Amino acid sequence: MYTKKECVAMLLAGGQGSRLYALTQDVAKPAVPYGGKYRIIDFPLSNCVNSGIDTVGVLTQYQPLVLNDYIGNGQPWDLDKQYGGAHCLPPYQTALGAEWYKGTANAIYQNIAFVDRYNPEYVVILSGDHIYKMDYNDMLQYHKDKNADATIAVLDVPMEEASRFGIMITDDDNNIIDFEEKPKNPRSTLASMGIYIFTWSKLRQQLIDNENNPDEDKDFGKAIIPNMMKAGQKLVAYTFDGYWKDVGTLDSLWEANMDLLNPNIPIDLYDPDWKMYSRNPVLPPQYLGENANVENSMIAEGCIIDGNIDFSVIYEGVTIEKGATVTDSIIMPGSVVKSGATVEYAIVGENSVIESGAKVGARPETVANRDDWGIAVIGNKITIAADQVVGPKQMVPDLRKK
Amino acid sequence: MSLNKKILGVIFANMHEDVVPELTRERTMGSVMFGGRYRLIDFTLSNMANSGVDEVGVVTKSNYQSLLDHLGSGREWDMSRKNGGLHLLPPFSNVASGMYRGRLEALYGITDFIKHSDADYVIMSDCDVITSLDYNAVYNAHIKSGADITAVYAPCNLSLETASHTNVFGIDDTGRINNVLINPQLSGECNISLNTYIISKNLLLSMVLDGAAKGVYSFAKSILQAKCGEYKIMGYKHDGYFSKISSIKTYYDANMALLNTENRKNLFPENAPVYTKIRDNPPAKFAIGAKVTNSLIADGCIIEGTVENSILFRGAKVGKGSVVKNSIIMQDTVIGKNCSIDCVITDKIVSITDGKILTGSANYPIYIGKGAEI
Repeated sequence: MYTKKECVAMLLAGGQGSRLYALTQDVAKPAVPYGGKYRIIDFPLSNCVNSGIDTVGVLTQYQPLVLNDYIGNGQPWDLDKQYGGAHCLPPYQTALGAEWYKGTANAIYQNIAFVDRYNPEYVVILSGDHIYKMDYNDMLQYHKDKNADATIAVLDVPMEEASRFGIMITDDDNNIIDFEEKPKNPRSTLASMGIYIFTWSKLRQQLIDNENNPDEDKDFGKAIIPNMMKAGQKLVAYTFDGYWKDVGTLDSLWEANMDLLNPNIPIDLYDPDWKMYSRNPVLPPQYLGENANVENSMIAEGCIIDGNIDFSVIYEGVTIEKGATVTDSIIMPGSVVKSGATVEYAIVGENSVIESGAKVGARPETVANRDDWGIAVIGNKITIAADQVVGPKQMVPDLRKK
Repeated sequence: MSLNKKILGVIFANMHEDVVPELTRERTMGSVMFGGRYRLIDFTLSNMANSGVDEVGVVTKSNYQSLLDHLGSGREWDMSRKNGGLHLLPPFSNVASGMYRGRLEALYGITDFIKHSDADYVIMSDCDVITSLDYNAVYNAHIKSGADITAVYAPCNLSLETASHTNVFGIDDTGRINNVLINPQLSGECNISLNTYIISKNLLLSMVLDGAAKGVYSFAKSILQAKCGEYKIMGYKHDGYFSKISSIKTYYDANMALLNTENRKNLFPENAPVYTKIRDNPPAKFAIGAKVTNSLIADGCIIEGTVENSILFRGAKVGKGSVVKNSIIMQDTVIGKNCSIDCVITDKIVSITDGKILTGSANYPIYIGKGAEI
């Protein structure tokens, strides 16, 4: 007889990440590479394991091949368990028919049976879009201490940024009294981090009621949270003061990588007490050649570097040839930058080739009008021809709506 | 890639540990660190995994804690299996040959393990040779020639110093081994044994039991050398890149040889990866002012100084203003600020405090033991 689990995590990983354009053409956003050897989903998964949560349902929908393959049986995160562990949960067919996940709440609703197997007291709802290190156990303890029905992790953001987030309005005791999605005139600076802990029995009922009401959105922010508030249930805000970054756009993905190179920004991947786990490639150590010139950068295994690299994050198996220059850029796994090519302020996707003499991206000061400047982006498996120029803010292929 | 006939792999983890006594003081030959993120056994075991040999026994007798820790269940080599997979074989206390004196005696200690396997052939290998080798090709040659034993060899320019830890084969025009010299006093072009053999299981068992009855324990002496007229022992020439560890100097040279791109390509071909234990280190980090050339750098390193012609293992750190040249810096070694390190081998978790100057010589690198603080 297996004991029940106190807390089960449900990780929403079905998002397309449409604002990452070329990088999410064939992979879901949580599977996008980050930090030289990780994928975004490694952060919530490692946080779960480091917080002692050993049962994680991963809800997949959009382009699940890479993600399913990556998570596998959960072994890289020690989540291969006899009872519990990591489980990919795609939408499925039932006797009544088949349907996609219609929203975040519906995705959990469709997997009530999965959660019930573990008979948990609490469920933590996570998303695969954020880079942060957080002990969910501290948050769970807070949830218990407050005797809450739902606890929402919040980040105190600068007022000028508050209108980009879902904002929680709280009383002096951290009780959430109101909630506004991307308000024009924010009444608070407490931004929702998309991390929720619910008392399962309460959430379970809310999900069923939500499903039975055809007029409601099937979404946590739009329906479940407001409904719980209306019903007078106890919702509290849990303030988190560490590093947290939404990597939903190309700019924020680039910034979040660059943050790793900034000693003043508190995201430390080298902390032995809070290891980040990932599926490791089987590659020899990286080799830096006679002509290599590397500063302020992170480089993963299997790379062959003989060029100049500054302020960049280079993923596994990348080749930077002699005379090539990569600055302020992200080069994802398996790509090649050939001799004489220049990559500046750019993201180069997986297994792409930048031929000799090509020029990708440019420094901000090279552009007269700052609005014309942005990160240049090369998608996966793209070849940029010799001497081709990809200007700042350009995308190859360009998937933006004109 | 899988073999038609089932082959049992047997790896001898402790053999040759006397050639690098510094490195094997607290570990087996198989668990000696190599090439930035590997241990010597990774090469043999990966060769087996890549050749479809999926049932492997690792014979060990002493100092095997690090070996057991490294291999675990064999999962990294895809050898954590219900059928076959990796078997660790420490000495059996109530078998007379618990602390074996030679390969035959070691095999006698695992007679039951060999008998129990349903393999038809056995591949035996030590951990002192670093190479990428397809055992399918050795097996095919063995079948084609109808040999009793096929021994892998490679032509090599031998020095007197290395010859004293090497077996040399005399080979006739047909490829048959007709002479075996054990640790000979000679130098020059020779065909040296890579300590890898393929033999049918039944023949091996009869040799082992016969050897035990007669009180002989050395496979090289009592089988290869004494019976090369009686048994048909064929040589299999390995043309690929290899290095053989026979002293701390050759160990140092074998590591440094990996700075050559051609050698690395040969040792790490794309279709035959070398597996090792996963440590979940983040990528290596290069700080402002770092200068790294002609070096192999593993994950988890943090480099703030200058590194030239060196090999840094996982989690090594080099502080600001320090210069590390021609050195092998093993796992989790921390070098402080403004140090000068040249021709040094630091074992695991060594700490070199600020301002230290350590200079060895390429023909006699300084070795600093595990956990030392300088």
